[in-house]
Amino acid sequence: MGKLFAVVVTVITIVSVAFFVMHTWWMPIDISTTGPAIDHQLEETMTGSGLLFLGGQLLLGLFVWQSSNKNPARKIKTFPGGANPLVAAAIILVGIEVLTLTFVGSKAWGAVNLAPPAENSLHIDVQAEQFAFYFRYAGPDGQFGGIHPDKIDDGNGNYFGLDPANDVAARDDVVVGSLVVPVNRPILLTLHSKDVGHSFYVPVLRIQQDFVPGLLIPVHFTATQTGKFEIVCTQLCGLGHYNMKAYIEVMSEPDYETWLKGQEGQ
Amino acid sequence: MHETSASHAAHQHSAPTSFIRKHVFSLDHKVIGKQYYGLALLAVFIGMGLSWLMRIHLGWPAWPIPLLDKLSAVGAPQGVMTPEYYLSLMTMHGTIMVFFVLTNAPFAAFGNYFLPIQIGAEDMAFPRFNMMSFWTTFVAFCVMMAAFFVSDGPPISGWTAYAPLSAVGGDAGPGLAMGQNLWGISIAIFCIGSLLGALNFIATTLDLRTKGMSLARMPYSSWAWFVTSVISLLAFAVLLPACILLVLDRVAGTSFFIPGGLILSDKMQPHSGGSVLLWQHLFWFFGHPEVYIAILPSIGIVSHILPVFTRKPLLGPRAAVGCMIAIGFLSYMVWGHHMFLSGMNPFSATLFSVPTLIITIPATILTLLLIASVYGAKLRFTSASLFCLGFISVFISGGISGFFLAQPSIDIYLHATYFVVAHFHFVMAVASLFGVFAGTYFWFPKMTGRMMNEALGKWHFWLTFIGVYAIFMPMHYLGLAGNVRRYSAFVDDYLIPLIPVHKFITVAALLTGAAQFIFLFNLIWSRFKGPIASENPWEATSLEWSTTSPPPFDNFGGKHMVVYNGPNEYGVQSSDGHDYIMQTSPEKAPAS
Repeated sequence: MGKLFAVVVTVITIVSVAFFVMHTWWMPIDISTTGPAIDHQLEETMTGSGLLFLGGQLLLGLFVWQSSNKNPARKIKTFPGGANPLVAAAIILVGIEVLTLTFVGSKAWGAVNLAPPAENSLHIDVQAEQFAFYFRYAGPDGQFGGIHPDKIDDGNGNYFGLDPANDVAARDDVVVGSLVVPVNRPILLTLHSKDVGHSFYVPVLRIQQDFVPGLLIPVHFTATQTGKFEIVCTQLCGLGHYNMKAYIEVMSEPDYETWLKGQEGQ
Repeated sequence: MHETSASHAAHQHSAPTSFIRKHVFSLDHKVIGKQYYGLALLAVFIGMGLSWLMRIHLGWPAWPIPLLDKLSAVGAPQGVMTPEYYLSLMTMHGTIMVFFVLTNAPFAAFGNYFLPIQIGAEDMAFPRFNMMSFWTTFVAFCVMMAAFFVSDGPPISGWTAYAPLSAVGGDAGPGLAMGQNLWGISIAIFCIGSLLGALNFIATTLDLRTKGMSLARMPYSSWAWFVTSVISLLAFAVLLPACILLVLDRVAGTSFFIPGGLILSDKMQPHSGGSVLLWQHLFWFFGHPEVYIAILPSIGIVSHILPVFTRKPLLGPRAAVGCMIAIGFLSYMVWGHHMFLSGMNPFSATLFSVPTLIITIPATILTLLLIASVYGAKLRFTSASLFCLGFISVFISGGISGFFLAQPSIDIYLHATYFVVAHFHFVMAVASLFGVFAGTYFWFPKMTGRMMNEALGKWHFWLTFIGVYAIFMPMHYLGLAGNVRRYSAFVDDYLIPLIPVHKFITVAALLTGAAQFIFLFNLIWSRFKGPIASENPWEATSLEWSTTSPPPFDNFGGKHMVVYNGPNEYGVQSSDGHDYIMQTSPEKAPAS
């Protein structure tokens, strides 16, 4: 029975690790400036904890294999050195891993969440609601119109509650259902929710941030490749949660300008 | 001396004779322990049934599930569940499993039955409180089940009930009217039951230990129940007011968790001034310690049982107990790691990340001590010992993924994906349940006076062990590919290629779930037909094995037990030719 246990644990361990090593299912491409640090951190953690996983499981299998030896003359043995070296090893090895991960990882986290957005960022306002994202561009005046929740009227396309009759800045705001951004230009998003909690997850940008009703939350990124990618909601927001998505289209600067002019003309 | 006998007299009560006082409203901790076990058993099969329904829907969304339309004609017309009904079942699965299974089975059920016996007491410190805590929990369960039968069904806000989705009422969607009210009331009642139980455990451990049972001689399982009861007291004391505030927001027009200016169903909500993050802070201040409420008792149970079958002492007994206490202490400093992306101050992410990573140190030490305790042993392979070994393996697997999720930078990518689902199922659910299975096979003879069937037990182990890996290991891969959790269907371009993996997991879940019926059959069949158990069938040392199987009403038949040894005296030569020395044996264990 002990040998069977050892074999089963070993097979499970090797099969599990194999799929990680082969990247059979893995992160999609990264198209952001801050993503490589996150990917690096994940891969470092994968290596470190993968070795711990392999070591722990295989050692367990080995000891169980040895312990099932039915030789009646065999004497019970205690672990060489007893508990203290193990405790010390765990404190030192895991302690070093903890410190390293924290110091290196804080940089990756800081680049996304602590560094201020670049001065020349393109500012786009994002609203989440059950079950859609809407994106707002300031228009030629560079000013966003004020938001008035009591004026929100989805039926007439006034998702943000703008008041163009009384608010000059609101008149040229461009509101669309896709996030269109120029490549290699810093983007600043401000996230706010109309109703419940939502989240803004773009796997290829390595960006995820909750929308919190009552809060205005900034997010910044720079996309490094053109293309069309998915934005999905990751905060349970109601029955249509699974279907709440939008696209991010990263365009060359001239394509973006053409697109924006077309929108402003409407 | 005079005081001691007076306090003993205060706890004595004669055995009841009527059916109601003996089996229903019993004050006997053993009956209450079995009642908790029975409730957890009912709950775990309901929870597992719900996971089957969800898994079938995720693999084959268009498949009509037989009889599901009988449970809810609206939620599953012709047996095909709607997206909202999927979320209802998911909410109920999580709630039932976390509260009524993982909190009840390893802690309340086994703790109630065995804590007083292991420390040589005749009952819990407050038997009436004890009865109340079970029946309060039972009422909480009934209120939660009632949510299935209200018109708009159970809530869809998940077991975490994030505001404002959970707080604004029916405008936010189906299940968020009466169903969510019942959820909040049920959990509040559950908290009261748990608080009563926790107080009782603490008082019992501190006050009722028999002569010679110093804290250092307490079995690991008793230590774990004690530490858990302290965590439980502090955690449920926060969840209780949080749930009351949530229910007030819903029914009394307050705005604790709801800010102003929210528009749902085209209506401006009549609330203002509340904080969404306040709910998350209160919930996770309970929620993270809750993880340890679920897992610590199983760590204790496995540490208690493993030496019985390795026939050698657990390595580093003081370090093991110290680690349990350290984990309990640290569990209060880490709740924010659930909220890295919640919009709280990003500087606080580091503050919560560091203690989270530090918690891996005592957890690693505990794991290493368990592994090293197997080294050089003469292992006796029983269903109980197999589940202990399986526990170590799944605890490693679940613990390892914690390294990823404890780091805010990686959490940006993995948060809310199936990687998280894999992590908490392995470390909290599967590991905890492996402890419960080990405890069941080990203590069943003591609880019923009959042995369980070992062949069936071993089949149960192998199918479950391989099964849980087949279910939860692929979820890591899904998470790495960015597969979002809590989706009732996968319609995004990048998720569609992952559906075959979901089908594989569904098949594994159905088979592994089916294997649990072997356990259920074994439990029922052995209760009536199992071979009669002796007083100490496993040759174990602790006090529960110094009394009859099952123990008499007052646990030791009027004898006051005196303890001379720790629980760890295995692999020694006793004067009567055994390789162990009972805790109650006056024989001095040779210095090791």
